[in-house]
Amino acid sequence: MLTALTDRNWLWVAAGFYLAGFLQGTVSLVRQGKPSGGATYLLILLGYAAQLAGLSLRGRAVGGCPLGNPLEIYQFTAWSAVTLYLVVGATFRLSLLGYFSACLAATLTVVSLSVPGWDSVQRIRIFGHNPWIEFHAALAVFSYGVFALLALTSVMYLLRNHSLRSKRLGGWFSFLPSIRDLDQIGLRLLGAGTVILAIALAVGSVHWLRLPGFALNAKILVTCAVWSAAATAFTLRLRGALLAQRFAWTCLGLFVAAMLSLLAVESSRPPAPAPSVHHGGGSQR
Amino acid sequence: MLFVIGTTHHRAPLEVREKLSLTAEGAVALRAELATLPGLREFAMLSTCNRIEFYGVAADPGVVSHVEGAFCSRQSFDPDAFRQIRLDLQGPETIRHLIEVAAGLDSQMLGETEIFGQVKDAYAEAQSRGSTGPVLNRVFQKAFQAAKHVRSHSAITEGQVSVANVAVELAQSIFGGLGDARILLLGAGEIGEKTAKAFQSRGATALTVASRRLERAMELATSLGASALPFEQREPRLADFDIVVCATAAPDPVVSLSAARAAMQRRPARPLLFIDQALPRDVDPGVAGLENVFLYNLDDLARIAEENRAAREAEVARCRTMAGERAETLWRQVADQVASAPGKASDSGVNRTGDTVAAGESS
Repeated sequence: MLTALTDRNWLWVAAGFYLAGFLQGTVSLVRQGKPSGGATYLLILLGYAAQLAGLSLRGRAVGGCPLGNPLEIYQFTAWSAVTLYLVVGATFRLSLLGYFSACLAATLTVVSLSVPGWDSVQRIRIFGHNPWIEFHAALAVFSYGVFALLALTSVMYLLRNHSLRSKRLGGWFSFLPSIRDLDQIGLRLLGAGTVILAIALAVGSVHWLRLPGFALNAKILVTCAVWSAAATAFTLRLRGALLAQRFAWTCLGLFVAAMLSLLAVESSRPPAPAPSVHHGGGSQR
Repeated sequence: MLFVIGTTHHRAPLEVREKLSLTAEGAVALRAELATLPGLREFAMLSTCNRIEFYGVAADPGVVSHVEGAFCSRQSFDPDAFRQIRLDLQGPETIRHLIEVAAGLDSQMLGETEIFGQVKDAYAEAQSRGSTGPVLNRVFQKAFQAAKHVRSHSAITEGQVSVANVAVELAQSIFGGLGDARILLLGAGEIGEKTAKAFQSRGATALTVASRRLERAMELATSLGASALPFEQREPRLADFDIVVCATAAPDPVVSLSAARAAMQRRPARPLLFIDQALPRDVDPGVAGLENVFLYNLDDLARIAEENRAAREAEVARCRTMAGERAETLWRQVADQVASAPGKASDSGVNRTGDTVAAGESS
C-alpha cells in the first residue's frame, strides 16, 4: 500500500505529521500546562521520514536534487530545518524548540503543497550532468534551512525577552530556554548558515566563471545579497555592535528575506525547457 | 479497616502542633507501644512540622480509638481537645489523602516537593521496623506512583512561591545553569544571605559579598564559602558580575545608572541581572532601560511569587480529581485484603513477638 503513494502523497503525510506535532504540543501546553517534548519529537521524526520518502521519489522523478520549483525548494528548506532540529534539539535540549519547529515545518509544507502554481511545472535534470552545481544548489537551500531554525530561536529569544521585560514569567513563557542559551545557539546557527552559504557560493562560482559569456543574474545577485547580510550580521554580533533584541530581529528578517528571495529567483527562471513534466496530482515517472 | 488519624496545619494552629510534636525518643516509644496494640494489623507514622498522621489497618474502629488514646497519653494532650482538631478518614478516603499529601496538595506551601521525601522516609521507617504488611505496602507504593503522576501531569509544582526562589528562577531564565554565573551580593543582612543560599542550592559557586562593614562581609563570605569585596569597589567591578543581589539598608541607590552603563560597555554581549530586594531601592530604576540589563525589585518578585501561588491553586481541583481516581482504583485492589485481614480486636498487635521493634528500641 505504501508503495502506491506518490511523492505528493508522502509530502502531505509529512505535513500531516508536522501539523499533528504542532497541535499535540498546543493541546499539551493548554491542557497540561507543560510541553510534551517526547511526543512532539516523535511526530516530527515521523514527518521527517515521510518527507524524506517524498523528496526521494521526487528526486528520482526529476533526475536530481528536487529544487526545480517553489514547492520543491520550500519542502527542501523545511526538511533541512527539521534535519538540524533533530540534531540541535537532541544536543542542546532547548525546551519548546520542537514545538516551534513543528509549527514552521507544518507551515512551509502545507503552504507549498496548497499553492496551486508552485508545483505546476517540474523541471527535469535542471543541473544537467554537473554534480557541482547540484551540490551548490542543495547546499544553498540547506543554508536557508539553517536560517529557518535561526528564525525560530530568534522568535523564542524575543518571546523570552518580552516575558522578562514585562515581568511575566509564568504560563508558556516558563518553558522557554534561557536568554543566554538562545543567544548562543542563535550565534552558532548564524555562523553555520553563513559558512554553508559561503561554501555553496564558492562551489557555484567555480562553475559560473567557466561558463562562456558569464553575466551576473538575479539568482546570483540575490543569493550574494543574502550571504552579505548574514555575514554582516555575524560580524557585527561578534564585535558586540548588534546584540540582544536587535540581533534577534535581524536574524528573523534575514530568514524572511531569504524566503522572499527564493520566490524572486523562481520568477526570474526561464520557462521550463522540454521535456518538463506538467504536473497534476503526483509525479509522472 | 484502613484508616488515617492525626492532625495537620489545616486543623491545628502552630502552638497546638508544638504540643503534639513528637521527639525522636517519643516517636520510638510510641511505635513500640502501637506495635503491641491488639487488633492493629499494620501501621505507619508520618510526623513533620505540619502534620502528625497514623496510617493503619485495624480489625475494628475501637482499635483506632486506642491509637488515638496512646498518642494523646504520650503527649499529655486532652483526648477531647484532640477530637476537635482530628483528621479521621477511612477506606478510599485514606488512600486519597495519602496521595494528596505525597503530591504536595495538602502542604502549607502548595505543591512543595519536600513532603514526598518525608512520606517516603516515614514508609521506609515503618517497613524497616516490620510494622507494614501487604495492605500498607501496596497502598504506599501505589500512592507514590500516583503522586508522581499527579505532579508530572499538572502544573502543581511549577513556578516558585518564595521570593528568594523566584529570584533564582529568574536568574535561570536568563543564564540557564548557574554554575558559571558570577554573583555579587550587596549587603550582608538576613534577606541577602537567604537569597545567596537559594542561589547556592541551585548550583551557584562564584559568590562575592560586599557590605559597608567589610568585617561583616568577610564574616558572611566565610560562612557561605564566598569571597568578600570592599563596598567602594562595587561599581568599578560591576562588569565582573552577571547577577547583582542588592539588599542593603542604604537610604540612596548604591548602583547608579552611569556605573551600570559603564559596566555594560565592557561586557555588552553578556546579560546583567539586578535583583533589588532593598527598601529604599538600591539600584537606579533607569538601569532597566539598558540593553541586555534586567532589573527586578521587591514588588516584582513578590508579585511573581503570588502569581505562581495562584497558578498552583488553579491546578488543585484537577489534581484532586486525578488523586481521587487513582485512590478509587487502588481501593478496589486492596479492599478485599483489608476486609479479609486476619485479626480481631483480641489479637495481639503488629509484631506479636515484638522482635523488630525491640531491636529498634535497643539500638
